[in-house]
Amino acid sequence: MNFTLKIWRQKSRTDEGKLVTYTVRDISPDASFLEMLDILNETLVRRGEEPVAFDHDCREGICGSCGLMIEGRAHGPHRGSATCELRMRSFEDDDTITVEPWRARPFPIIKDLVVDRTAFDRIMAAGGYVSVKTGQAPDANAIPVPKHCAEKAMDAAVCIGCGACVATCPNGSAMLFVAAKVSQLALLPQGHAERKERVGRMLAQMDAEGFGACSNTYACEAECPKQISVEHIARLNREFIRAKVS
Amino acid sequence: MSKTTSFLMSSVGRKMIMALSGLFLCSFLVVHLYINLFLFKSDYGVEFDAYSHFMATYPLIRPIEIVLFLGFLLHAIVGIWLWLMNRRARPVKYEVLKASENSALSSRIMWVTGIVVAAFLVVHINSFFITSRFLTPERSMFVIVREVFRNPWYDAFYVVALGFLAYHLKHGFQSAFQTFGLRGTRYQRLIDLVAMIFWLLIPIGFAAMPLYFLWAY
Amino acid sequence: MTLDAKIPSGPIEKKWDTHRFNIKLVNAANKRKYTVIVVGTGLAGASAAASLGELGYNVISLCYHESPRRAHSIAAQGGINAPKNYTNDGDSIYRLFYDTLKGGDYRAREANVYRLAQVSGNIIDQCVAQGVPFGREYGGLLDNRSFGGAQVSRTFYARGQTGQQLLLGAYSALSRQIDAGKVKFYPRREMLDLIVSDGQARGIVARDLVGGDLEVYLAHAVVLATGGYANTFYLSTMAKASNATAIWRAYKRGALFANPCFTQIHPTCIPQSGPYQSKLTLMSESLRNDGRIWVPKKKGDDRNPGDIPEAERDYYLERLYPSFGNLVPRDVASRRAKEMCDNGFGVGPTKLAVYLDFADAINRNGKKWIQEKYGNLFDMYHEITAEDPYKTPMRIYPAVHYTMGGLWVDYNLMSTIPGLYVIGEANFSDHGANRLGASALMQGLADGYFILPYTIGDYLATAAFKPMQDADKAVKEARDATQARIARLLAVKGKRTPDDFHKALGQIMWNNVGMGRNKKRLTEAIKQIVALREEFWRDVNVVGGPNDFNSELERAGRIADFLELGELLARDALHRNESCGGHFREEYQTEDGEAKRDDKKFAYVAAWGYAGEGKTPVLHKEPLTFEYVKPSQRSYK
Repeated sequence: MNFTLKIWRQKSRTDEGKLVTYTVRDISPDASFLEMLDILNETLVRRGEEPVAFDHDCREGICGSCGLMIEGRAHGPHRGSATCELRMRSFEDDDTITVEPWRARPFPIIKDLVVDRTAFDRIMAAGGYVSVKTGQAPDANAIPVPKHCAEKAMDAAVCIGCGACVATCPNGSAMLFVAAKVSQLALLPQGHAERKERVGRMLAQMDAEGFGACSNTYACEAECPKQISVEHIARLNREFIRAKVS
Repeated sequence: MSKTTSFLMSSVGRKMIMALSGLFLCSFLVVHLYINLFLFKSDYGVEFDAYSHFMATYPLIRPIEIVLFLGFLLHAIVGIWLWLMNRRARPVKYEVLKASENSALSSRIMWVTGIVVAAFLVVHINSFFITSRFLTPERSMFVIVREVFRNPWYDAFYVVALGFLAYHLKHGFQSAFQTFGLRGTRYQRLIDLVAMIFWLLIPIGFAAMPLYFLWAY
Repeated sequence: MTLDAKIPSGPIEKKWDTHRFNIKLVNAANKRKYTVIVVGTGLAGASAAASLGELGYNVISLCYHESPRRAHSIAAQGGINAPKNYTNDGDSIYRLFYDTLKGGDYRAREANVYRLAQVSGNIIDQCVAQGVPFGREYGGLLDNRSFGGAQVSRTFYARGQTGQQLLLGAYSALSRQIDAGKVKFYPRREMLDLIVSDGQARGIVARDLVGGDLEVYLAHAVVLATGGYANTFYLSTMAKASNATAIWRAYKRGALFANPCFTQIHPTCIPQSGPYQSKLTLMSESLRNDGRIWVPKKKGDDRNPGDIPEAERDYYLERLYPSFGNLVPRDVASRRAKEMCDNGFGVGPTKLAVYLDFADAINRNGKKWIQEKYGNLFDMYHEITAEDPYKTPMRIYPAVHYTMGGLWVDYNLMSTIPGLYVIGEANFSDHGANRLGASALMQGLADGYFILPYTIGDYLATAAFKPMQDADKAVKEARDATQARIARLLAVKGKRTPDDFHKALGQIMWNNVGMGRNKKRLTEAIKQIVALREEFWRDVNVVGGPNDFNSELERAGRIADFLELGELLARDALHRNESCGGHFREEYQTEDGEAKRDDKKFAYVAAWGYAGEGKTPVLHKEPLTFEYVKPSQRSYK
């Protein structure tokens, strides 16, 4: 398969960037999107040019490193998968594909398609945990958790922190990311002791980082590679009411 | 920080104010439509005028009107505030963005539908509320309505604006319940049903009036 | 050098308790006077950094990722073992100890393995308390599944994402310490050298991957939790950037490298589809609980799997190992799959695959049941291969997946450099020559949560420390060496890309130092690696500059180290004239093709010491003694 790529190139955080057009040829339909970029980069390096910088690591959709806006869709046209899991067979031969970095004020561009998502870590550090020291835990079966609660908590816990929710949200909101953690810990008895403080602190940090507010477009749910439901945002909102009103 | 300040300072708190004020305005729509339905009664507006008179003169109504007006104002101001905050969150736009693949148009253009509804309100209040309350309080409200709705251009604007209101409510009503954390619970079906009444039946009810006076009356 | 593993005396079940009592403690108020650097934030690194922070030490944590949560521990799927005996099937600490030691083909220390089994129960408690959503039964209590190499159900799991959930648990504990100010976390930093001053590990040189600055971090002790070196093979199930640079730099500074040839080949990976492929994807071996492995009985049978009647299929694992069947340990399953393909029974377009068939399980329990258990794995397979595994059997082939070898550490997890601790996959300690399923997560977390936080205190409390500054000779030397090395990489300006060399190395490694090894090919491989390395330094082309975000430079540095490590790996494989676990020497096998150990000659840990550029590394031996479990020929029949 052959493709025309328009890729966002930007030398550093402060530089102006622009879309640059490249062509790649003879790509196997079974190649992943990142492997297609590898091939492009090998060609560029052979020509002595700098390769396109993009974040990636596990290449099996779990580490959350990769994340590209591909033809106007976070992680590309295929639902429920990360960029690294996207195969070129999802495109037509001779397609033109525009590739851009995640765009949000709290995700400044480092280089080309690499953005800085450490804002997520700061949100997590603001209470996205259960305060239990190593060694303090009671026997694992001392805390029974109904199966449906554990399953729902797991539905939220599968978040890979890739930032697709922010990237795709028209408001650059991180609500689905925050909700996934708040909801997971609200569903489990272990998280209850700190639930009020947690939701307040994490949301305050989210606002301080400069993420937008949720306007319930549900675009995040549609583009989330792990298909985390906006139901968890509803639960976060309930947690917020519980914390601020009761 | 007190609970109230931290509530207001939070983006989620502000969303809740949007939801709360929005639902409050929706409740007004119900009352408004209920009274207006008397326009269709074949009594040459006798009962409708009686209600109008009651609304204009009963002392308790005035404070309610003020609260209603403040509700509009609050909804608009917090809406603009959030809109600005949301715009700031993405200073550089995407070159290519296929938003239609992942979300409903109604959810993405609330600010457009909101502005149109606000403009409509200005015209609407000028045509009916200002006229009847301040300019010619002695005239029959029924007659005023009939006169205004005989103008096809006005009616066209009115119906289109109601279309925008419907679109605004299509997203806004269920969105408010999501904000309160009630969607995705066992109330989901009930909410979707009530939402349908609000975004579909109520605007149709209102839109029926100008058309009735234009063609049927 | 004589290697002292510092194994405490006394009966095996008392060793750890006795040791914990005997080691020195750092007074609670004094802990804040000590700084510890933890490199890496996977299960071992994150849990260690968090636990040390909780104890009151000042911790510096860094990783090459942008966030601790991206470490490759996150990709582990299947589960984590603990002998809780919640299933009432006769499990015990002793049984887990026994299974792990036997699974490792008697090439691990008894005392270490016993301790691992001992603390593994605490890990489950800890993770549950952190909010890790393990799979549960309807009564709300924890569920278990069985895993390869064991006959009891002792594996705890969180769908097919156990590694992710455990890592997020450790990450949350780490985040809490970052929030509390006890851990200072530096993202996108890659350790490029170890600073050894007066014989003690006192700091590291790291490169800020965004701006390219070389930074010095000083401390009283350094902990390496930087994972394994499976990417020496280029194609593996490791993350793309997983590398050996940190441990390799430490090796060159004097730490010994133990058992480098003990690499694990995982049996259930998705076969390679083309030369462009950048990595291999593993599917949890829990699939072997319900899937049946087979090949056609006829060589080169090109029929669709569905058209091959039952009588013409060879369920070879069930045939060869009636009692363990499809659940034999990984090394056995992998080797048998390769053998089938080598003998012409392979399936699929490349003929390098065997079938993993779920038809029986689907008929027995229904599609829904399979979906609940393995849904995400089936989806993943479908996604990658465009084949529906509910309808047609999966094709699987072994791939390099884990490295049991690593830096040599004593019972305290300290390397031969005082103050340098190595934990998790980066050390060699607990898995011997083969790791059993669901044991890697267990070891990483055991080291980080429950072992290192105790043992490091003993060193800090007893060692003497002179104050360190950036201007010290050792610091300057390490920084200059790093700078020179980067400059040298950039100065070659040859024609071939770093990735080219990596692929070439991978070819050599996989063909000669992979699943089946022999003297001739190993000797050949060493020659080829040396030649390739020379060519690398003559002809590599690293574009971009040093003071920039430069992924080519990062990669080139890692590959340069793989080119050295690959040679050591082959040398170790060549010297070990026996077959054990993942190390299969074709010259040493039983009549029915099983690994033939030589306990008389090779019951030792081979720990290699760096002898200088171009010199043959020096072999040190730590003899292994078995007081409790008598080594026997492993049998899974």
